[in-house]
Amino acid sequence: MIALGIVIIVVPAFFPSAYYYRIGALVFIFALAVVGLNLLMGFAGQVSLGHAGFLGIGAYAVSVGPVHVGMPPWLSLLAGAIVSGVVAFVVGRPILRLAGHYLAVATLGFGLLIAIVLTNEATWTGGPDGMSVPALILFGWRVHGSVAWYWIAAATFMGGFLLALNLMDSPTGRALQAIHDSEIAARVLGIDVARQKLLIFVISAIYASVAGSYLALFNGLITPDVAGFLRSIELVAMVVLGGMGSIVGSLVGAAVLVVLPQILTVFQEYEQALLGLIVMVFMIFLRGGIVPSLVASFAGWRK
Amino acid sequence: MAQLLQFISSGLTVGAIYALVGLGFTLIYKASDIINFAQGEFVMLGGMTTVFVGAAGVPLPLAALIAVAVTTAIGLALHRFAVAPARGASPVVLIMITIGASVFLRGIAQIVFDKRFHSLPPLIDSDPIQFGGAAILPQSLVVLASATVIVIVLWLFIDRTLLGKAVIATAANRLAARLVGIDTRRIVDFSFAVSAAIGAIAGILITPIALTSYDAGTLLALKGFAAAMLGGIGSAPGAVVGGLSLGMIEAFSAGYLSSNYKDAVAFLIILLVLFWMPQGLFGRAKIERV
Repeated sequence: MIALGIVIIVVPAFFPSAYYYRIGALVFIFALAVVGLNLLMGFAGQVSLGHAGFLGIGAYAVSVGPVHVGMPPWLSLLAGAIVSGVVAFVVGRPILRLAGHYLAVATLGFGLLIAIVLTNEATWTGGPDGMSVPALILFGWRVHGSVAWYWIAAATFMGGFLLALNLMDSPTGRALQAIHDSEIAARVLGIDVARQKLLIFVISAIYASVAGSYLALFNGLITPDVAGFLRSIELVAMVVLGGMGSIVGSLVGAAVLVVLPQILTVFQEYEQALLGLIVMVFMIFLRGGIVPSLVASFAGWRK
Repeated sequence: MAQLLQFISSGLTVGAIYALVGLGFTLIYKASDIINFAQGEFVMLGGMTTVFVGAAGVPLPLAALIAVAVTTAIGLALHRFAVAPARGASPVVLIMITIGASVFLRGIAQIVFDKRFHSLPPLIDSDPIQFGGAAILPQSLVVLASATVIVIVLWLFIDRTLLGKAVIATAANRLAARLVGIDTRRIVDFSFAVSAAIGAIAGILITPIALTSYDAGTLLALKGFAAAMLGGIGSAPGAVVGGLSLGMIEAFSAGYLSSNYKDAVAFLIILLVLFWMPQGLFGRAKIERV
């Protein structure tokens, strides 16, 4: 925990240029969404292939809010988080009754619906071309530049990280892990399964929404791709790569999948093929994810 | 009336393609409990390979055959090298593998072929047929006829041959099938190969009408999946009925409501079906044992 804090503070000392701050900020922004999704997938055992939908709600909240409604960006960010939470609450009730493949498909359909709405409501969202996002203003300070965003994203990620850790240690967290192991056993123990699942779905939606808002504010421009199917897949891939149920793994997974495409731009043509290949290879040979596998091999080595 | 006929004809055409994609999903799901998200890439590969082999000077019927063969080989390879090594993994891991495969195939297609849209000449090149005031493309009839033939052949095969019966046995109970001496691994191999072939044929059939490009697979896969879901996943007649209904619903909502939101309809349907009758139109309710 403290080690992680130190890493966040020390690593930038080695950043040779603002470009690295930019990558760092992106890693933390995605890691925030991934932590939320990991709570849902790793701890409660529920898949969501439509989480980018919430990313999209958050992203468009900070652009539609200030541009069309005249709300200050920080308030729009909060509004986006609330909207995401409410949407998750309403949709989550019927969706979370499903399990396995059905749940995967239902969430996928939900995510796509949001992406389609964002693409088609051009008067509000600028359609497929997207729209520009006004800068975030905090206490009269106009937040811009990669360095500032690195620190904001890192701090928010740490907050989300702590919250997730505490949540997992709470009665809710234990109830969720019981649901993960066996839903029926959990129900027999008197856990209100539907309520706990819904709660974690709403929480993970809020994480994704805040991450989406940050992403939009940081980039200054958004397109409906932010809510697209590939984005959702990317988020799930980050969770699974880092390790389901490992909060530290969320950061590792996000870091791998954010940094990798940057390196792969050298092989621009091959980027998609390599990305697909990497996801496949990791899933086949390192099923548990990077962090849990490392932990396991380290524990084995110490014996 | 003319308008109605027009919508029905275009709905059935697209629906037949969805039905074929849905059938591919169903076949693999039945044999292995895996939802193959790379199904749409089979469709794309079928269309794109035909276009490019054809452009290299090979006569089109031969090019189409080559495309089906290539796609079948890729389907087989997908099972052998990506899905089979991960046997017994959780559904999420298997889903991620097939999604990884789909991104991979798309990436390869982008390199081997190109990023442009392509078309093929229709099989029967003539003017649209006038029928009750509606203009029906001859290729639409080709699509419908071919889809019907595929469905019948597949049904005869599964119902009448020993290999088909082995597929049914594997779908019913893998362990029991293995106990009576069925090589279930080969059955799953087979199901991947056949669904790849069906996907490729669907791709070749639809290309003269709808164009194709390296990234055409994703949306088709999702629609085909919606079709399978609507009919009840794991039910072959369900996939066909689901596909045709989805095509019709899409055509009607594009015509009468809004063409911008025609894609949304498919996904709205998935959600509604899942909420109200998760087992789909033809599926059986699953009872979970503890």
